[in-house]
Amino acid sequence: MNDATTGVDTLESSLLADIAAAADEQAIEAVRVAALGKKGSISEMLKTLGAMTAEERQLKGPAINGLKNRVTEALTARKAELKDVAIAMRLAAEKVDVTLPVRQSPAERGRIHPISQVIDEIAAIFGDLGFAIAEGPDIETDYYNFTALNFPEGHPAREMHDTFFFQPDEKGERKLLRTHTSPVQIRTMEKQKPPIRIVIPGKTYRQDSDATHSPMFHQVEGLVIDKTANVANMKWVLEEFCKAFFEVPSVKMRFRPSFFPFTEPSLEVDIQCDRSRPGEVRFGEGSDWMEILGCGMVHPNVLKAGGLDPDEYQGFAWGMGIDRIAMLKYGMPDLRAFFDADVRWLSHYGFRPLDMPTLFGGLSA
Amino acid sequence: MKFTLSWLKDHLETEATLDEIVERLTSIGLEVEHVDDKSSLKPFVIARVLTAVQHPDADRLRVLTVDTGDGKPPVQVVCGAPNARAGLIGAFAAPGTYVPGIDVTLTVGKIRGVESHGMMCSERELELSDEHNGIIDLPEDAPVGTSFAAYAHLDDPVIEINLTPNRPDATSVYGIARDLAASGLGRLVGGAIMPHVGNGMCPVKVTIEAPELCPGFALNLVKGVKNGPSPKWLQQRLIAIGLRPISALVDITNYVTFDRGRPLHVFDAKKVAGNLVVRRARDGEKVLALDGREYALTPDMCVIADDNGVESIAGIMGGEHSGCDENTTDVLIESALWDPITTARTGRTLGIITDARYRFERGVDPEFMVPGVELATRLVLDFCGGTPTEIEVAGYAGHQPKIVSFPLSDIKRLTGIEVPRAESLGILSRLGFTPDGSGDVVNVTVPSWRPDVDGKADLVEEVMRIHGVDNIAPQPLGAHDAVNAKILTTLQVRTRTAKRALAVRGMMEAVTWSFIPARHAELFGGGQTALKLANPIAADMSDMRPSLLPGLITAAQRNADRGIGDVALFEVSGTYEGDGADQQRRVAAGVRRGTAKLDGSGRNWAGNSGPVGVFDAKADAIAALEACGVPVDRLQIEPGGPAWYHPGRSGTIKLGPKTVLGTFGEFHPKTMEGLDVSGPLCGFEVFVDAVPEPKAKPTKTKPKLELSAFQAVKRDFAFVVDKAVEAGTLVRAALAADKKLISGVSVFDIFEGASLGEGKKSIAIEVSIQPVEKTLTDEDFEALGKRIVENVGKQTGGVLRG
Repeated sequence: MNDATTGVDTLESSLLADIAAAADEQAIEAVRVAALGKKGSISEMLKTLGAMTAEERQLKGPAINGLKNRVTEALTARKAELKDVAIAMRLAAEKVDVTLPVRQSPAERGRIHPISQVIDEIAAIFGDLGFAIAEGPDIETDYYNFTALNFPEGHPAREMHDTFFFQPDEKGERKLLRTHTSPVQIRTMEKQKPPIRIVIPGKTYRQDSDATHSPMFHQVEGLVIDKTANVANMKWVLEEFCKAFFEVPSVKMRFRPSFFPFTEPSLEVDIQCDRSRPGEVRFGEGSDWMEILGCGMVHPNVLKAGGLDPDEYQGFAWGMGIDRIAMLKYGMPDLRAFFDADVRWLSHYGFRPLDMPTLFGGLSA
Repeated sequence: MKFTLSWLKDHLETEATLDEIVERLTSIGLEVEHVDDKSSLKPFVIARVLTAVQHPDADRLRVLTVDTGDGKPPVQVVCGAPNARAGLIGAFAAPGTYVPGIDVTLTVGKIRGVESHGMMCSERELELSDEHNGIIDLPEDAPVGTSFAAYAHLDDPVIEINLTPNRPDATSVYGIARDLAASGLGRLVGGAIMPHVGNGMCPVKVTIEAPELCPGFALNLVKGVKNGPSPKWLQQRLIAIGLRPISALVDITNYVTFDRGRPLHVFDAKKVAGNLVVRRARDGEKVLALDGREYALTPDMCVIADDNGVESIAGIMGGEHSGCDENTTDVLIESALWDPITTARTGRTLGIITDARYRFERGVDPEFMVPGVELATRLVLDFCGGTPTEIEVAGYAGHQPKIVSFPLSDIKRLTGIEVPRAESLGILSRLGFTPDGSGDVVNVTVPSWRPDVDGKADLVEEVMRIHGVDNIAPQPLGAHDAVNAKILTTLQVRTRTAKRALAVRGMMEAVTWSFIPARHAELFGGGQTALKLANPIAADMSDMRPSLLPGLITAAQRNADRGIGDVALFEVSGTYEGDGADQQRRVAAGVRRGTAKLDGSGRNWAGNSGPVGVFDAKADAIAALEACGVPVDRLQIEPGGPAWYHPGRSGTIKLGPKTVLGTFGEFHPKTMEGLDVSGPLCGFEVFVDAVPEPKAKPTKTKPKLELSAFQAVKRDFAFVVDKAVEAGTLVRAALAADKKLISGVSVFDIFEGASLGEGKKSIAIEVSIQPVEKTLTDEDFEALGKRIVENVGKQTGGVLRG
């Protein structure tokens, strides 16, 4: 018995030493083969069991099997240990400097022009009020831009518009660049029977150029025509618009009687604001008034020009500068920069492509 | 239109304060632009110099003791004025007062060692005149301790209103007072004019040869006048509103112009030869006007002439030759009616802006033509003496008043507010209208001074503005009774998504001018006469753009010139093929410059960006079309584009044989040269409005998704083809080999080399195969491969690379 266990003990200590000494997965495999392989030391030892007497086997069997189990366990444990070491070494080797800057994604770099953004904001608000968006051509006839809008021939109001003209054609008629978006009022009335609720954003042109005037600018026009729309409704629509657009809980507006050929009565609208902070205008507070839009009841002659009976239909219209309200809301000082395509300006004042204005969480949330 | 508060009170008896008046003016449509309440002069008081002694240390300075009339001990003031003396009464400014003429707020200070507690002021220091030779020296009876400004009548606030062009009646103080009185702010007074008794007929006669330009002319002669300065009060009013007093006769015309909105002209009768004729100017005629300039006249202008020639440009400005001066003894006073359109056009053509033109082009009150002469005659007699004749009137047929049939219910209909009948009629009456009738519909006679009122809507405005717009409470616009239908048209939706899609590709949206230089337009197929502006604001903004590209390319170059050479810009806007309403296109276009690639620009540790090129532009174009809802797998790309592109590096995008959806590419060297820009540069244009409207479908249900249970497989093929073979053709041929099994074909390598033979290239493709019915066997793959090779061979002549 002593004899038998001595052999097992010796082999065990030798194998365990080999296992402990194995430095990598290859070495441990070699130890495994040397011990448990077909001709391994333990395998050979197990083979001797067959030739033993039952007594001997009873004595030696558990010793050898115990050895096999312990060695197998040690092998597994060492293997796992070595694998962890190997992974740790690989990971260490694979380390990179994560502070290296990555390229900006294209969506981060791209920008939407403030004019487009504000047009989308306007569409979101008026869409909510049941308006559709209408458009019309930039190159207009005298009829649509003036005559149909009740600007009599030779009226000083025509001169106020500083119109760009094209060369007269064979018939002596000269086209022009529309001076306001109002021609679309007539074009819409010609195509569509009331009720009409539209807003008309678009490019407009006048011969004027300084920090707040540009020969090309953008206007948005609104038109409501049905059988009841009146000044009180118009006040409501414009107040709701201003609150929603400037994203303030309340605004104070001043409606002043004024004059436009295409509306009667006509009003100009000032909005209360605070201009005491440089470069910033706050609405809904302060002691200043800022003119923001013109509006009025559609003139009977304009309704007639649109093919509507002014005793049956009535409505209101308004117009304001998109560039101007964009400047007021977002604090851009110079209108001329809108059209310069300076990428520094666009990057700063422009909007991220996925900032789609909606009323879900405030227009410019 | 400017006036002073005291002037207004000539015609408005009121207890209202300045603030109330100003607020009311704005609220009834006479928008107050500016109020100068003369507050800067308020701190100056009348003070008496008690003693004046020589300054101990300065020859030119005196030390004064001054009684400021406030009951306190006299103050010590150091003064350098030569006229400073004991007993002088002048204008005193205490420490803390802002002195406008020297832009200084006074403090107690020592001047050469002597304390000075204020200042005795000169006229210049108060900005009253340029006088600075001495301090203000007032008469002995000037009340010490009271306001200097009040004493000198300098405390009259000046109100400036921004008048809309429809209100000629409010070009006069009287008209403004009428509006205020109508609004309940006081009583209209001072309108009556005492008629004069004429001494015989006016010896100068008037012939109107152009009645269409002059519907009336009134004239009066006053003989034996003495034309000196006008009274101080009148001069002060004129100065207050920015006019220079000249002489009594001239000042009277200006006064009546502003007081009553009735421009007048005065001729020195002795310089007028013969009778007056109102006629069209003759070609080549010239006149030296009162502003000292000579004007060339044309037959579409109206003039007043005598035997010597033109004496006055009708309704705009008199002539120098017959103007009145200090030697004038006989004065002809003219009050006429001039055609507004002709007056406006003449004034514009000649570039003359006068207070007369301002009123005539808006339309003066025809019924005040004669009273105007009457009033002027009265003032001439008052200020200058003399003997008047009877007023000569020519051409005036009288005023035919307009009568408007006015349903009072229209007030509520259009404004939403109920105004009681009595209130409505009262407002109209106070404004000078004459309402007549007892039912809902009243006949309203329009006064002669309101040419702007034509119909019932105008009368609604009159009632609304006087009753008060603020009284109209906002009322919600009737709610729409369903969820909104389409708010945007398809084109608008596409415009919007195209913008966002391009911005997501790292491009920045520009808004460039619709008008571009003619030579740029010509480079891009434009420049036709119909699209040239007759009056461009600048020579290089003359032609409506035929393409968005020149604007974007030059914008990119401007950025490059500022040191930012890698830019990607886009615009979605209009281009113009002609001047018709249907010839404006909606185009999405973009340019990339330098190394502004999709993934970024410039150098980077992970790999530098290369120069942009045709394929960057192609990818942008397809992305824009995809955003517009185009089925991009059905697009055809044809080599080559319009002349402004590089012919070998550009393409045309079509959907079907006829529909051109866009172009893309690098640019022709001559285009670059013509635009004076440098590259690398590429760009594209996509015709958003050419994308077909989507077919209306009964449901929005998407086609059923078929997911195969069998594993997808990829197989590579390399073909040797002629160099001219287009990759697109080869890809289509491979796809067509088995439409059921082949789910995709991509090109992963292009190779050209001597080993392939002269004029050959290799195109390597990866074919994605998706079995649908069963797992494919080796034989199946072999058969499929054979079909691919055969079809590619048939379509392109390509052979499998060995």
